[in-house]
Amino acid sequence: MLDTVAKKSDYKVVGTRPIRPDGVDKVTGRARFGADLNLPGQLVGRVLRSPHPHARLVSIDVSAAAALDGVKAIVTREDFADQPPELTAAGEMMLNYRDVVRNVLAREKVLYEGHAIAAVAAISAAIARKALRLIRVDYEILPHVTDVVAAMAPDAPLLDEAMITAGVTPTPTTPSNIAKRVDFGHGDIDTGFAQADVIVEREFRTESVHQGYIEPQACVANVAEDGQAELFVTTQGQWIVRGHCAKLLGWNVNRIKVTAAEMGGGFGGKTVVYLEPLALALSAKARRPVKMVMTREEVLKATGPTSAARVRVKVGAKKDGRITAAFAECAYGAGAFAGSPAGGGAMCAFAPYELEHVATIGLDVLTNRPKVSAYRAPGAPIAAFAVESVLDEIARTIGVDPIDLRLKNAAKVGTRSTYGPTFAAIGFVELLQAAKAHPHYSAPLPAGQGRGVAAGFWFNVGGDTAVQLTLNEDASVTLTAGTPDVGGLRASLGMMVSEELGIPLDKIRTQIGDTASLAYNFVTGGSRSTFASGMASVEAARAMVKELAARAAKIWDIPVDAVKFEDGMLKPAGDNAGKYEPMSIRDIARQMAKTGGPIVGYATLNAQGAAPGLAFHIVDTQTDPETGKTTILRYTALQDVGRAIHPAFVEGQMQGGVAQGIGWALNEEYVYGADGRMQNAGFLDYRVPVASDLPMIDTVMVEVPNPRHPYGVKGVGEAPIVPPMAAIANAVARGAGVRFTQLPMSPPRVLAALSGQGAR
Amino acid sequence: MSKIHLTTTVNGDAVEALVEADETLLDVLRNQLALTGAKEGCGSGDCGACSVTLDGRLVCSCLVLAVETQGRRVETVEGMAKGGVLHPLQQKFLELSALQCGICTPGFLVAARALLEKNPDPTETEVRYWLAGNLCRCTGYDKIVRAVMDAAAEMRGA
Repeated sequence: MLDTVAKKSDYKVVGTRPIRPDGVDKVTGRARFGADLNLPGQLVGRVLRSPHPHARLVSIDVSAAAALDGVKAIVTREDFADQPPELTAAGEMMLNYRDVVRNVLAREKVLYEGHAIAAVAAISAAIARKALRLIRVDYEILPHVTDVVAAMAPDAPLLDEAMITAGVTPTPTTPSNIAKRVDFGHGDIDTGFAQADVIVEREFRTESVHQGYIEPQACVANVAEDGQAELFVTTQGQWIVRGHCAKLLGWNVNRIKVTAAEMGGGFGGKTVVYLEPLALALSAKARRPVKMVMTREEVLKATGPTSAARVRVKVGAKKDGRITAAFAECAYGAGAFAGSPAGGGAMCAFAPYELEHVATIGLDVLTNRPKVSAYRAPGAPIAAFAVESVLDEIARTIGVDPIDLRLKNAAKVGTRSTYGPTFAAIGFVELLQAAKAHPHYSAPLPAGQGRGVAAGFWFNVGGDTAVQLTLNEDASVTLTAGTPDVGGLRASLGMMVSEELGIPLDKIRTQIGDTASLAYNFVTGGSRSTFASGMASVEAARAMVKELAARAAKIWDIPVDAVKFEDGMLKPAGDNAGKYEPMSIRDIARQMAKTGGPIVGYATLNAQGAAPGLAFHIVDTQTDPETGKTTILRYTALQDVGRAIHPAFVEGQMQGGVAQGIGWALNEEYVYGADGRMQNAGFLDYRVPVASDLPMIDTVMVEVPNPRHPYGVKGVGEAPIVPPMAAIANAVARGAGVRFTQLPMSPPRVLAALSGQGAR
Repeated sequence: MSKIHLTTTVNGDAVEALVEADETLLDVLRNQLALTGAKEGCGSGDCGACSVTLDGRLVCSCLVLAVETQGRRVETVEGMAKGGVLHPLQQKFLELSALQCGICTPGFLVAARALLEKNPDPTETEVRYWLAGNLCRCTGYDKIVRAVMDAAAEMRGA
């Protein structure tokens, strides 16, 4: 692995690769994930799901199930009050409570195969399953539409008969499945296209892919007789789970204490609720703990994949490579309820570039599929597949090196972005220069192989964050953060605090707090946890230093501003302050009681100044003309990471994003039959990459520090899933001679394309 | 139907349980023996998160009936560290940051140990194909493969 990390010499801990504090628990089987907790007297909860993609729910009769021995509680739509329309943030996407209550348990209609209808709590899984079979549901079957383009047709079956497209002037008079249109851009694209020497216009299609976390959704709810509730759950955000559940149940939020389990992968998919309100409602009825765990089939059929999409792109350029105009229309399937990441796609499509004339449109389209949820840089990878493929065609058409084409149009500090704001910190030029200089880019390419490149952009976010640091009596420190650790967060936060306080990492214990022990934290999402919780951890450490100085001042009986903190010691600030022996944190900790009591450092903030993440990938592929299989031979992922706190975990984010992108490019897809049912709802047929599918994934961390973070951090988790699909398509176009405008580039599609038949 | 009296050995300890005829080894490990290191990711033998060894052979415990383990020897991730010392594979996974979320890690460790018992000096390709039955969605496998190769070298005394 090749690093170009510029080590900042004044850091002692940041930039090193210590073993994570939660590591031993995770290699010994101790770590407690969502399904690993069992409580005394616990019941098993199971969900009845619709076999139909679209039907009116005429009646639900649970009487026979309720009469079965061992059944302790049943909930249906009758147990949840309807919710008026109200938007709320979930991860990087917006939810509408009117829809959330309908997704958790269907009300008027079922809108996709797998839509939850009722939930049962029983003394065993076998009895719960038997009870589900006894629930009688009367359906009035309706015509369905699972394809995003078919759903936009004027005669398509309507999921919401009253839905009028928002964002269109004049307001449409007839309902459709298009929930919303959003527009971004500036300049006048007609003027820009008129200036172009070359114009490439293409239409792309992508299929739904799933986040594919290995741990299915799981939780244990325990509601006592006084209404106080505990929820242990695998989630990216314990506070948003608390908020959503309380809203749907009509409870005060503080009635529910949510503890985030160790999470077995989320990638955006664990920012919404499915089982949690059901488990709480069942437990409230039965007054016993209720455990609910999804099967893999339920995960695939009923939890958010990302959108299937159609993207139209048109780009014009001068012969020298300067882009004169750019247009993209991103029609993204939302599944059963409005809220696809079409806006994110439209905003990210051309975001790495400085363009005079650009227009992008996002269309949010309802289909009879599960409601999509966030998946790593939601919306961006699909748009980038389309845009970066077209840029490759332009580069080839005018005979310009594809990196030079991007350098010529790269956004810089001060560039007005294609979606509005002006970039204050962006390292795209540095990234492209690093890519061009990388040995992979100039390595000889054997005949039959193709080399592709592509760029990717993600905003990155900050948001509400709280961190508490406690100084213990032996001068060790407990750090409590509120953003679940998805891959090394505890280590990274501890490292920044260690750097601030000058105490060794093994004296800092970092834990993820529950909703009753810390102020509100937004989810781990938007690549924000190391950025925002890191910022709060540093502020908390500095608050603690301030208090330590106050205690030293008190002991020495000098003004507090006459005390300085240096190399982990409290010292008189100068000769005028008086002559005192420096005191360690340990010295102060010993005297906490007589100097004013326990010492904490606390920080709450709404983290601002998240800098965008830029990724650039280089890939070599070879396509077997006999089987249609495309092999990834070499992969180099470069990224502007701001500053890598723990470089190994930054590399890990990059490698993981690449692997998911390779799956998206080559194999993963939801396959629907004409009956509107998913045909591949298991890991055998929904094929995510395995070790033998991949090579080593080389990473290059380009460090352009974020000036608005105390350690220069930029979010790193999402940008790396953005480029792979286009990079691989560009490699296949150059190596196999076939330009794919549809994903995945699976062996059957490749074979059909190579033989000149069928869809690409 | 009455339950079956199961007597087996798990991580060297004799254990007993009353099990249903259709109960999987995974369910008995997790729900009766409180050994939750093996995870259920799919329940169909496709993800490897529930990997254990049965008389030394690598199996998906979701595909083994508990009654099939009668009188046999089951080893799980909980048995890998001995006397307070991590197995070299566990140590290398930590040193090389070969895990992110950690849900697949027990399965990878059990599978990798089974590989190194058969083949102490595997090539990268052999490691990748042996571990192809274990899904990891976080790491892209790069650091996992390196950790297995490094642990193998260390165990060979190389």
